Amino acid sequence: MDIGNLTYMANQIARNLAAQGEAAAIDATLQHILDFWDPRMKAAIVAADRAGLDPIAAAAVARLAA
Amino acid sequence: MGYEPQADFGTPEVQSETSVTLTIDGRDVTVPTGTSVMRAAAISGGSIPKLCASDNLAAFGSCRLCLVEVDGMRGTPASCTTPAAQGMVVRTQTPHLEKLRKGVMELYISDHPLDCLTCSANNDCELQDAAAQVGLRDVRYGYAGENHLAQPTDSSNPYFDFDPSKCIVCSRCVRACEEVQGTFALTIDGRGFGSKVSAGQGGDDFLSSDCVSCGACVQACPTATLNEKAVAEIGKPERSVITTCAYCGVGCTFRAEMRGQQLVRMVPWKDGKANHGHSCVKGRFAWGYANHQDRIVSPMIRENIEDPWREVSWDEALTYTASKLNAIKAQYGARALGGITSSRCTNEEAYLVQKLVRAGFGSNNVDTCARVCHSPTGYGLKTTFGTSAGTQDFDSVMDADVILVIGANPTDAHPVFGSQMKRRLREGAKLIVIDPRRIDLVKSPHVEAAHHLALQPGTNVAVLTAMAHVIVTEGLADEAFIRERCDQDEYEDWARFVSEARHSPETLAPVTRVPAEDLRAAARLYATGGNAAIYYGLGVTEHSQGSSTVMAIANLAMATGNIGRSGVGVNPLRGQNNVQGSCDMGSFPHELSGYRHISDTATRALFEQDWGVALDPEPGLRIPNMFDAAIDGSFRALYVQGEDILQSDPNTHHVSAGLKAMDLVIVHDLFLNETANYAHVFLPGSTFLEKDGTFTNAERRIQLVRKVMEPANGPKGAGLEDWEVTQALANAMGLGWSYAHSSEIMAEIARLTPSFAGVSHRRLDKAGSLQWPVNAAHPDGSPIMHVDGFVRGKGKFVVTDYVPTDEKTGPRFPLLLTTGRILSQYNVGAQTRRTANTVWHAEDVLEIHPTDAENRGLKSGDWVKLASRTGETALHALVTDRVAPGVVYTTFHHPATQANVVTTEFSDWATNCPEYKVTAVQVTPSNGPSEWQQGYAELSSRARRIDRSAEAAE
Repeated sequence: MDIGNLTYMANQIARNLAAQGEAAAIDATLQHILDFWDPRMKAAIVAADRAGLDPIAAAAVARLAA
Repeated sequence: MGYEPQADFGTPEVQSETSVTLTIDGRDVTVPTGTSVMRAAAISGGSIPKLCASDNLAAFGSCRLCLVEVDGMRGTPASCTTPAAQGMVVRTQTPHLEKLRKGVMELYISDHPLDCLTCSANNDCELQDAAAQVGLRDVRYGYAGENHLAQPTDSSNPYFDFDPSKCIVCSRCVRACEEVQGTFALTIDGRGFGSKVSAGQGGDDFLSSDCVSCGACVQACPTATLNEKAVAEIGKPERSVITTCAYCGVGCTFRAEMRGQQLVRMVPWKDGKANHGHSCVKGRFAWGYANHQDRIVSPMIRENIEDPWREVSWDEALTYTASKLNAIKAQYGARALGGITSSRCTNEEAYLVQKLVRAGFGSNNVDTCARVCHSPTGYGLKTTFGTSAGTQDFDSVMDADVILVIGANPTDAHPVFGSQMKRRLREGAKLIVIDPRRIDLVKSPHVEAAHHLALQPGTNVAVLTAMAHVIVTEGLADEAFIRERCDQDEYEDWARFVSEARHSPETLAPVTRVPAEDLRAAARLYATGGNAAIYYGLGVTEHSQGSSTVMAIANLAMATGNIGRSGVGVNPLRGQNNVQGSCDMGSFPHELSGYRHISDTATRALFEQDWGVALDPEPGLRIPNMFDAAIDGSFRALYVQGEDILQSDPNTHHVSAGLKAMDLVIVHDLFLNETANYAHVFLPGSTFLEKDGTFTNAERRIQLVRKVMEPANGPKGAGLEDWEVTQALANAMGLGWSYAHSSEIMAEIARLTPSFAGVSHRRLDKAGSLQWPVNAAHPDGSPIMHVDGFVRGKGKFVVTDYVPTDEKTGPRFPLLLTTGRILSQYNVGAQTRRTANTVWHAEDVLEIHPTDAENRGLKSGDWVKLASRTGETALHALVTDRVAPGVVYTTFHHPATQANVVTTEFSDWATNCPEYKVTAVQVTPSNGPSEWQQGYAELSSRARRIDRSAEAAE
């Protein structure tokens, strides 16, 4: 999968949920990815370099990986 | 059903809580107070002769034929304008009345051609009927006097003729244009004997006038003055079948009037709950594509997309396709396969495609074109209200006091509902339009918006948050409603958020470009003007913030208590005929029918038990992700039913790269569409005229689609409806399905989907239509939702932060392109481009503001190059102040333009619905089509070659 695109998507979700406050936004970002992403998309973002992820998205992906 | 026209009661139905009883020709009849004597007589089984009256128009009283005698009243009043009264005694047939009526008819006929036998309306003419009713035998005045005969016929409209020689000046056409359609294109020119129906201004014909060719005048005409060309060519129909239009999400029902297998005309059905007997130029007239020469009726295959197509038998096509699918599945796994359901096909067909993908292919890689239009509606309304659909029926607009239209253009894209909305506006409802472009509703005859907020494209959330700011900070919120119906904590969080100074209209004005005072006034009107209803379209959803905007709209409606009764609500105007239905049917990769998530074990178990297979619990790929995965090599086969993703999806280059990377692309359609350029298998589809099933319109109304002719894609009687093709493919893969009729598929849907529990074809046949949910709690369906509380329990306020799009203007791309539709064309134009509708819109043009045009040395009609960071195309310019400076606009109906070469891949954060409405572009003078356009034209003619040599050799 195009990791640049997946990173962009994760950051965009996180940015739109950020107004909920950090903890809630991380939960919501994780839940959004769980609910709407195909397994290969989830696997790809977990496996990729996460340097491009914003803090909320990075925290959500870290929990996805766990 | 035979051909007989629908009964006409002469004057409109009246709603009243009281009733009156009167006697007509000795028969007692009880009618609602306010009903005319004419209507009362028709209800009691009588028939008073009439010419200027029709039950979809207000009584006019001009033809003097419907005279009656009433005890205690002087003279002979016109029954159409005389209200029935308690105890009234009416006589409709007396020697005196007969004499008067005969006299009137003599005058009419003395100035009317007597070519009845060769007239296109012969035996289908109200003038003829009235002459028979009054027993006209001779005309004492003769025919030699001054008359209106031998006037030239106006044939300028491609679908109907206007022959003024046959006109009796009853004004029905003029009144239909005003009252039913609301366009005011027709008038009676001159006075007395010189009176004449006239379209537009002096010198105009029908085509050059404001006429929108809705057909209401043709429908209203009692003679052959306004008559369909098709009727003149073919003759009077012999039978009629009620069915549902396959164009937009309004879901008009029509009588398809037939001669054998030949469709003669589509006449709007008066009992249709969505259209009430009205129509638009598409549904009424633009059905010629069904028999267009481009239609492909034989299955075709090719190994390689560079090869010409080879026509094969259904057996060969299906066996070939199934073995390819099975081989790809064996080699790459189930998740390498997927399908796309069609928002133009029936519920039953969409359901079956997603079943094939989930149960047959074994993946959840199914998506639908709603991905690119209303997926944010699904997400946003499900989150806030608990259900992925609009809250009202269309008729609810008649109780609205304030109508807020945002990102929608109902008079072009949902014309029949647009007419109903205009009717309510003429009655005095106030209108707020939020749109970057001056749509027709902003100012048209007898309609003017109280406020037009011409916002900068992409700032919907900012505008709605600013409106919320005004409502909350000025104390206009409906606290009692919120306390009772909504989650109070969430409301308070939201209220705090919107109240922050950074969300005030004054602070946001530089971003939204909406003057703060206008915005404040609009917010106050919405909050305090009585029943307020929001109507929105793709100008809301097709943005990076699409889902946020939908939720911001829901927040506003909840904050002002505008939910749960007639006249209010949140109303998404759906693009295609069955967008609502295809979404309901489980077409999204993350959910099964009825919007239940695929990860829900109990729901999955229900389907697994019914279908006898195990289902993948993980969501599948969305359309744009499919292309990524294809380029990546993990997604290899796609079955596309009734969608042209290459033309309709953003960033054409990316779509074509994705399609090209796949091993097997199966296109199931009427025509070799643009997507078929990259296909290996073509399965010929059937039109809505050739199948049984159901469509669900924008108001959740499920209506029957009835087969009026045999499918063309097989020998006589052996053609296949689209669901039969899907079933045949499933069976070729070994699935063993055995549906004998689409009603059996609906039975399965009802069995597995709680909101459809009470739906069956038999019930729909009886009831005409049903609005889901139809179940034990709502046995007769649900015109209005969330009446006693929200479906999700408490209404949920969601904080919607304005996150600007990453698509930015700059020195290289200083203008913002936004896209939309036009009345006469539909979506990618596959249907309407193959009809005479092209006279109104032969090509896509670029609307540009005079200032921007002048800066570039452009004038209307010039070729311009339209370039974005993604690609470039060329088209003709139209200089107009409908768009604001800095904004340009075009439509996407023509593949030659391919506006989507220019659009980007930015998309809604929650659903990936593409951002069609905002693209940074540059516009420069050009000599003609771009290099890409020329190359594409060549590719598409090469890709459409069909090798018929084998056939010729036989």
